[in-house]
Amino acid sequence: MQKIMSDNIVEIDNLSFGYKGRLLHKGINMVFPRGKVVAIMGGSGSGKTTLLRLIGGQLKPNVGEVRVDGDVVHKQSIDGLYNLRHKMGMLFQFGALFTDLSVYENVAFPIREHTDLPESMVRDFVMLKLNAVGLRGAHNLMPTELSGGMARRVALARAVALDPQIIMYDEPFAGLDPISMGVVCNLIRSLNDALGATSIVVTHDVHETFSFVDYVYFVSDGVVVAEGTPDQLRNSDKPFVHQFVHGEADGPVPFHYPAADYKREMLRGHDV
Amino acid sequence: MFKGLQCVFTGLGHRVIEGVWRIGAGARLFSYIGFYLFESFKRPRLIVREIFATGVLSLLIILVSAFFVGMVLGLQGYNTLQKYGSSEAIGVLVALSLVRELGPVVTALLFAGRAGTAITAEIGLMKATEQLSAMEMMAVSPVARVIAPRFWAGVISMPILAALFSMVGVLGGYFVAVPIIGVDSGAFWSQMQASVDFRDDIVNGVIKSVVFGVVCTMIALFEGYDAPPTAEGVSRATTRTVVNSSLAVLGLDFILTAFMIGA
Amino acid sequence: MERTTIDLWVGVFVALGLAAIFGLALKVGNLTSSNIGETYTVTAAFENIGGLKPHAPVKSAGVVIGRVDGIVFDSKDYEAKVTIKLDKRYEFPKDTFANIYTAGLLGEQYIGLEAGGEETVLKNGDKISHTQDAVVLEKMISQFLYNKASDTKSSETTKAAE
Repeated sequence: MQKIMSDNIVEIDNLSFGYKGRLLHKGINMVFPRGKVVAIMGGSGSGKTTLLRLIGGQLKPNVGEVRVDGDVVHKQSIDGLYNLRHKMGMLFQFGALFTDLSVYENVAFPIREHTDLPESMVRDFVMLKLNAVGLRGAHNLMPTELSGGMARRVALARAVALDPQIIMYDEPFAGLDPISMGVVCNLIRSLNDALGATSIVVTHDVHETFSFVDYVYFVSDGVVVAEGTPDQLRNSDKPFVHQFVHGEADGPVPFHYPAADYKREMLRGHDV
Repeated sequence: MFKGLQCVFTGLGHRVIEGVWRIGAGARLFSYIGFYLFESFKRPRLIVREIFATGVLSLLIILVSAFFVGMVLGLQGYNTLQKYGSSEAIGVLVALSLVRELGPVVTALLFAGRAGTAITAEIGLMKATEQLSAMEMMAVSPVARVIAPRFWAGVISMPILAALFSMVGVLGGYFVAVPIIGVDSGAFWSQMQASVDFRDDIVNGVIKSVVFGVVCTMIALFEGYDAPPTAEGVSRATTRTVVNSSLAVLGLDFILTAFMIGA
Repeated sequence: MERTTIDLWVGVFVALGLAAIFGLALKVGNLTSSNIGETYTVTAAFENIGGLKPHAPVKSAGVVIGRVDGIVFDSKDYEAKVTIKLDKRYEFPKDTFANIYTAGLLGEQYIGLEAGGEETVLKNGDKISHTQDAVVLEKMISQFLYNKASDTKSSETTKAAE
């Protein structure tokens, strides 16, 4: 297959995916240009995290394809997939640190697995990455001794340990206090620019996200409902975007889960 | 009535499909472990760590149980044998029952309870906290890095534990028979040595414990790997590890014994 | 835990395991007595071996000096051909007598060797020609009953003659 070196490092093309007959994504198209920080936003359960797994090749799409650096992800062999994943780093929702390893060993893990560097060099790399997230002093701690924000930062150091071209963030702000949130925001932006990488941030924190990303995709009901730069979206008059950006309880996304008529349900059993 | 019957058949069919699916998934995991055979022995450090977790930490329960089982065998054996005036044969009774059956079987049952549950819970939680996914995304196969070392550690630990169980059990029997009951020490050992055959009894016992090691570890690993990533899922998987391992060990013990005695 | 501590424990664990297997083999099992260093093999034919099994001890004057290595049925002479491994340190004359005995009334069966008086000794591959079969309990009992019956019969005839 001919490889086209495009400006977009990740391209999602007409992608559909679902479990057991229920489609989660219905023909999604997205592009992620090199060097940018792009957010995928949407309500809970709209399949944002699943999109990251599709990019990482942990799931296979039903229809359509995901291309990473020109390679179709789901057509790779195991080795090809692993080679592709060398280009990616992923920050999981709660960090997913290895609980039986110390902070230092967690960050050293990908380096040890994929290189044969001597211990002194591994140490230099690990300390460099930990310093970048401000946790060099915590290298001896175990993951259970870290706060949520610190664990997230260690996981970030681990995700970028091998200088990936694509960094994916799965809900990086979930459960963080405002200070930690600000720290993580700055880290995402600065790491992206320092590494010359492309970042994909899956989140639903509108205000934090709009402050530092370059481009935003809104996903709802399995399709991309809106896209644009943060400024464009803030001024958007699309009802969904308006509701989401301003956090209104009811709107095109209803407050109620689809249900039978309330009045009729209440009267059930009383009807004569 | 008809509806109830339909329900029964639906349930049965569901269980059968589920069972076949699980056997297939287990076989696939097993073949992956085989696939990473050389890879895991290239990094013995990982296996050593797991031998510590499965083998060394099970040592205490195995040794204490073995001593008590041996003492009980000594008492019960003496009680029966003295009626026939052959209480010196107590050594034979203790040694044969331990080496042939109780050593491998009781060790495997205790192993399933002590180490098997730990393996299942650990892997289930690693899965629930996305550690296995994270590993995959770092282009590291969880089967090679997490599953295979634990498998080999279990397979190596089990025969060692079973041999220790038999040895300590014999000492427990000796402790009851010789100092407490007063059987002649020489008769105890010599009768034992005359009747316990190296090939037919000891080697067969070791073969049994290796088979049990493979089965128990495999069940524990599979249940953990297959567990739904929730608290309830992990707890149910842990229970299943104990139940399935115990049933598998007892069933296999019968089959192996039949083959060994028949051969 | 420290890496060296883990290594130490695992080392101790594996060493203990090997020690236990050796202990089982030597102290509990019969590996010591069946491996009597160097051996030589002789054969003996019996018309009936009773319950003799491979690995059964071969004794002389009550001392174990060898083991039964194998038992096959010889369809030419309709006899059991027993291969015996004897300790190289012990030599026996050519006309040694091989008996099958039972340890106790219902115990294990073993081969007893009684030395003869000849000058030449048994060598590897030789055959012991003087053998006595196992005592079969049923045969003994039926013989006993037969004798008893004939005894009473003869005493009756003598009575009748008187």
